Amino acid sequence: MKRSLPIFVVLAALLVAIAVANPYFLDPPAFLAFVKRAAPLVILAAGQYFVIVSGEFDLSVGSLVTAEVVIAARLIDGTAAATWPVMVLLIALGLLAGLVNGSVTTLLRVPSFITTLGMMLILSGAVFLWTGGSPRGALSPQFRELGRGSLGPVPWSVLILVVTAAAAIWAMRADFGRTLVAAGDNDRAAALSGVRVPRIRTIGFMISGLSAAVAAILLGGFAGVSAQVGQGLEFQAITAVVLGGVVLGGGRGSVVAAMAGAFTLEALFTLLNLYGISGALEPAVQGFIIIGAVALGAVNFRRRRPAVA
Amino acid sequence: MTEQIKVRRVPAGGSILQRLSGDRPARPVYLALALLILLGWLLVALDGGQFVSLENIVGIQQRSAALGIVAVGQTVVILAGSLDLSVAYLISLNSLVAAEIMAGGDGAVLPGVTTVLVVSALVGLVNGLIITRLRVHAFIATLGVALIIRGLLDQRYDGPAGSVPASFLHIGYDRIGPVPVSALLWAAVAVSAWFLLSRTRLGYRIYAVGGDAEVARLSGVRTGRVVVAAHVICSVCAGIAGLLLVSRLAAGAPTVGTDGGYDLESIAAVVLGGTALAGGRGGVAGTVGGVLLLAVLDSVFNQLEVDSFAKDVVRGVVLVAALAIYARRRRTA
Amino acid sequence: MQIASRRLFAGAALAGLVLAVAACTSDTPTTSAPSGSTPAAEAGASGKGTGEQSKFFVQADYDAQMAMRTAQPTGPVDKPWEQSIDPELIDTAAYKKPGPYHLCFSNAAVNNAWRQVGWKSMQAEVSLHKEIKTFTALDAEGKDDKQISDIAELQTKGCDALIISPNTTATLTPAVSGACPKVPVIVFDRGVQTDCPVTFIKPIGGYAFGAEAAEFLVGKVPPGGKILALRILPGVDVLETRWSAAKVAFDKSELKVVGVEFTDGDAAKTKSIVTDYIQRYGKIDGVWMDAGATAVAAVEAFEDAGQPVPPINGEDQEDFLKKWSEAKLTAIAPTYPTYQWRTPIIAALKILNGEQVPKVWNLPQPAITQDKLASYLRPGMPPLHYALCGCENLPGYPEKWGGTS
Repeated sequence: MKRSLPIFVVLAALLVAIAVANPYFLDPPAFLAFVKRAAPLVILAAGQYFVIVSGEFDLSVGSLVTAEVVIAARLIDGTAAATWPVMVLLIALGLLAGLVNGSVTTLLRVPSFITTLGMMLILSGAVFLWTGGSPRGALSPQFRELGRGSLGPVPWSVLILVVTAAAAIWAMRADFGRTLVAAGDNDRAAALSGVRVPRIRTIGFMISGLSAAVAAILLGGFAGVSAQVGQGLEFQAITAVVLGGVVLGGGRGSVVAAMAGAFTLEALFTLLNLYGISGALEPAVQGFIIIGAVALGAVNFRRRRPAVA
Repeated sequence: MTEQIKVRRVPAGGSILQRLSGDRPARPVYLALALLILLGWLLVALDGGQFVSLENIVGIQQRSAALGIVAVGQTVVILAGSLDLSVAYLISLNSLVAAEIMAGGDGAVLPGVTTVLVVSALVGLVNGLIITRLRVHAFIATLGVALIIRGLLDQRYDGPAGSVPASFLHIGYDRIGPVPVSALLWAAVAVSAWFLLSRTRLGYRIYAVGGDAEVARLSGVRTGRVVVAAHVICSVCAGIAGLLLVSRLAAGAPTVGTDGGYDLESIAAVVLGGTALAGGRGGVAGTVGGVLLLAVLDSVFNQLEVDSFAKDVVRGVVLVAALAIYARRRRTA
Repeated sequence: MQIASRRLFAGAALAGLVLAVAACTSDTPTTSAPSGSTPAAEAGASGKGTGEQSKFFVQADYDAQMAMRTAQPTGPVDKPWEQSIDPELIDTAAYKKPGPYHLCFSNAAVNNAWRQVGWKSMQAEVSLHKEIKTFTALDAEGKDDKQISDIAELQTKGCDALIISPNTTATLTPAVSGACPKVPVIVFDRGVQTDCPVTFIKPIGGYAFGAEAAEFLVGKVPPGGKILALRILPGVDVLETRWSAAKVAFDKSELKVVGVEFTDGDAAKTKSIVTDYIQRYGKIDGVWMDAGATAVAAVEAFEDAGQPVPPINGEDQEDFLKKWSEAKLTAIAPTYPTYQWRTPIIAALKILNGEQVPKVWNLPQPAITQDKLASYLRPGMPPLHYALCGCENLPGYPEKWGGTS
């Protein structure tokens, strides 16, 4: 927990800075709108955390999000009745993609960087091969509701985010979480003490796939069908997790901090926008902050692991 | 693919190259390459085309030279246990730096080339220092540097800029018989890297650090310096690739690196060539094979006019399948 | 662009011929390097919030396009893809040869809906002509370097005509110049900085698009109204011209442009930006867009904020037209018609037949207005389908374009 403290300080500072520039920001509607916007990335980061803490990478989530939205649009094709079955299917597909990623990585011993890079190519190729290049069909208003609508004053996305966060925290406090971290810290030691490392890592990948499915439902709901919906999300999610002080290579960091990392990233975007930093310089500022944050986080942590797992 | 491995003892096309390098992981990729060429020749012949033609051989070399040079650099950092995600933006930056300086005419070519190499080396130095001194994971460090370069590009350029003197275009377009100059440049880079890795002290240290940094450190290797050196080499390779691209495009372009996907594709080529992503195992010969494999695959796709989405699926499957086979060999070996 | 570059390249092409020949074989295209300098206009009117004028702005091209908007095109009225505006016909007898033909196409990419719709229309157009024996198309996947190699490869395939849709204007110029002496070249969509192709096919252009939308807003939004301009990304010539023409119109008007933002063509980002602006300014009175792909997301931002949707422009994509019709928007849809993908095939056959073609083939570029909206609504077509595909009578419609009849 000590390691993850800095991210909360940074997040708080950013939120204060935003509030200074925009006094309405802390009003409930504006703040909820911010949380709603951040929800998909936070959920993706939570999912990515389970993979990273177990010592792996998941580069496929961005294209998985795109694929899910495009699949949903084609299958639903505007009909209300198809909404719920398709949502169940999307969740199943997310889990399946994770299962494949996990099995190829753990059973065939392909480095997860490559497995998920391959999955990224396969998913984005296959889904557009199927739809003939660009999205077809349309999402139903019912499908859109989760990403767009709200329950009273609280957006559905925020509620889903709260449930996701609670589930993630619970999972990490359970035995599962401890064995996952143990597998990431030192898989041989974990295996010797009876942890089924391949299985536990595969479950980590499945959680990441599941989070991509949920994020896809929220993003598709928020803004509708688009072929670019998931673009670059994998790098953003990994960045968020790392910002939260989670160590690439596994074994260290908390899921709450990973989610805080995602909020920080989103707050940073909002702040840059508010202060009128042009779109052009945005990536540069982001680059400096990521390197800086991770470097600061590493200062108290001398035992370095090999660069890439 | 599994079948190919079982008939491994049959003499394969790339045998001279691997004996030269002595790196065993390179063997299957050349075997796969030979089989792919055979398959491509068959498929294209069935389609009514001609696969093994002068134009096609020249085309395959032209298509693979830029990626090949980047991948050679990427091999060096990966062998050292690191990786570099900043090469794509660095290539774009270099193409612009080169084209803007060379706009001065023939006399400006040398300053242009020198500046590009210096800029590249500096970026490599920064990458290396962030990784070793600030202890930032290579993935994040080079991603962060990539973002910083991107911001610089977005801020300063809003489209192609600069130009190069006509004499400089010879690098991109000339050929000696069936061998384009660009391929010779690639060969020179690859041979230098091979020499560095297998015949110099730095090379041995790169393998040692990538194999086990802790053991290397205990046996007296200054691991930090080795990683920094590897990154400088990788970035300089990206600089050379940028120069080659400028000689093809005749102008600098802020998107040429990312459009080409040189970051992830170079990593894919390296691991296809049998170099372990974790470092310490593999070599340049394999990478050359990996790049050629991707280029021949591309060429077959082109001949058969395969849909670009189908190409992605095939590339993904080939990548994962190849890595699974390597992993299997390593366990059974 | 074309007018300015022609002057530039008359000399350039000559200079290229004197290019020193190396001792070994050279595939170097015969051209000198393109000059990147385009006459940048002076800084624009300050205080309008529109910023500096784009360095891509060329007054002469702007004037030419403004004139073409009202000009009467020649050619069959029901086939706009065969029409042309102010054609300066050139003789093609030199290229005349008997069929059957082998046509080749170097495509920049099929990475967005606009290109996909166009690409399908082009393939269907090919299937209409029996005299085309072979049609070879290579997809450069958005990579300049690959397209250069593709163009070189196509030159060895015995093509009777080579159609090129360049990925980038400046960087593809050497490759196109290299192909010109060997085969009749037809360029469309984006241009190149040489006039060596036999014909260059394009709709009127970006200035006309941007001006159409901006003038609509100037007419509909009361003076002093706050305008939000949404652009995809900077630095793309065909998009820069759209914005620079809009800037000219806004600078002359009483409207206040409160923001010019880049959306990356991402619907979620667009929606977030618009939501932020509504929050910050309370009310936005008009939205200008340089492309329609995310127009629906912008409209939804107003709906979700519980505000009436102000005057807005989109493009001829079905999702926007549907929204426009259902939500009764005050809107206009300038177009960059996908039917231009049919024209290169027609042009190639004309050239090989020795018929005259325009040197610069300016296709009409209609805007969809309220009164014409109903005729462009195509239920059953995918949301990202472009209504001006000119493909309704082509074989395989609507299934090949992803629709249902």
